[in-house]
Amino acid sequence: MFKRKNYFALGAVVLVTLAIFSLPPRAASRLKLAVGSLFLPLFGLANTAQQLPVTAADAILSRRELLKQLENLRRENQQLKFLQLQTAATVRENDQLRAAIGWQKQMPWKLKLANVVMRDPANWWRTAQIDLGSRNGVTVNLPILSPEGFLVGRVSSVDQFKSQIILIGDPNCRVSARVENATHDIGVLGAGGPLDDSLVGLSYLSSGANLKSGQNVATSGEGGIFPPGIPIGQIVDAQQVEFGLYTEARVKLNANLGALEEVWVLFP
Amino acid sequence: MNLFNTILVLAAAFLAVFLETVFTAPHYLLGAQVDLLPALMIYAALNTNVVSVSILAVAGGLWFDALSANPLGVTILPLLAVGFPICVQREFILRELPFAQIFLGALASALVPAFTILILLSGGDQPLLGWGSLWQWLVMTAGGAAATPVLFALFDWCNHALGYQLQTESSFRPDREIHRDKKAK
Repeated sequence: MFKRKNYFALGAVVLVTLAIFSLPPRAASRLKLAVGSLFLPLFGLANTAQQLPVTAADAILSRRELLKQLENLRRENQQLKFLQLQTAATVRENDQLRAAIGWQKQMPWKLKLANVVMRDPANWWRTAQIDLGSRNGVTVNLPILSPEGFLVGRVSSVDQFKSQIILIGDPNCRVSARVENATHDIGVLGAGGPLDDSLVGLSYLSSGANLKSGQNVATSGEGGIFPPGIPIGQIVDAQQVEFGLYTEARVKLNANLGALEEVWVLFP
Repeated sequence: MNLFNTILVLAAAFLAVFLETVFTAPHYLLGAQVDLLPALMIYAALNTNVVSVSILAVAGGLWFDALSANPLGVTILPLLAVGFPICVQREFILRELPFAQIFLGALASALVPAFTILILLSGGDQPLLGWGSLWQWLVMTAGGAAATPVLFALFDWCNHALGYQLQTESSFRPDREIHRDKKAK
């Protein structure tokens, strides 16, 4: 029943697996990217298929509707220009005040829009892939924001044409976060639950932290990956853990991680 | 026939892994993504040979791990651990029966993620686990069980439509035909 051919097949698969496991991390990462790139034509095809209805809808749009949309865009553009002028004045004033009290000058964010092309097929990770890669200047650990400007995660690995991002709530995505209250309590945003991706845990807050439901949480800037002030979410509830050694809170995320189609990559 | 089956199963595995990453509706409706690789492994174990099962375990595992945050190669052994014993013992399995297909599909879909998590934990990785993982495990098991007979039917149809069919020989031989007519009488 157990023929020699079976032994050979079993041995070959075990050998291949052991060989892959014993690869150095860099070689394993390259092999992973190479295997993943086999799917690129399918992703391209899926993207084209998604664009088709939009293109078809654009093609049959009436001239009257187009002119109406153009007029709306012109009006919106004028309002945005006015807002930009106001913002530039505020930035100048902010820079002067920072210089007056000797604070470091704040650099404006450089953003690049990316499409989310796939989600992790495994239920025990919270990652996704975007269609910007190293040829677009993406590097590991760049922060990722939702279209509304809320924190989503960070870049974990980069290919030439695409990058993998780790979303908040994955055990491998730790973020130093500050609660916007009187005491400015700082904690570490860690793993969420496997089912609900809108709630994550904020731990290692001081035992005397003054937390209330609805208080805003933003990045603290500690750790060097995420710049300070990126909004994350709101406190839901808090409790003392480890015999009152520190406080742990649950944070409801502002970004809807389940419906991400486009994200901003934040460049330094 | 076997080579055709092997190619068909590998193509289906490639497509299944791709679809699992693009169509995320099950994840948001049921809280878990259904994995079709264990169900495909059951089909391969019952209808192809041990070489095809091994190729599917290696290729399917690599494809799945390449698109997920799993370390590369983690899914190969769980797939093989499910497919290999079934392939070796398949003479004792009533593979034509939908009940057997559903049972084996459920078993494989439950064991593959469990083995994968065990390998991840033993390798020092920290996957996202909690009480909700039990629900995800149930959804994966039920999804795999439901998908297995569907895959069997689909592959049977493909084999029938695209593969070579056995030519049945008739027992009729023209040279042995007895001619009866009025003169002979």
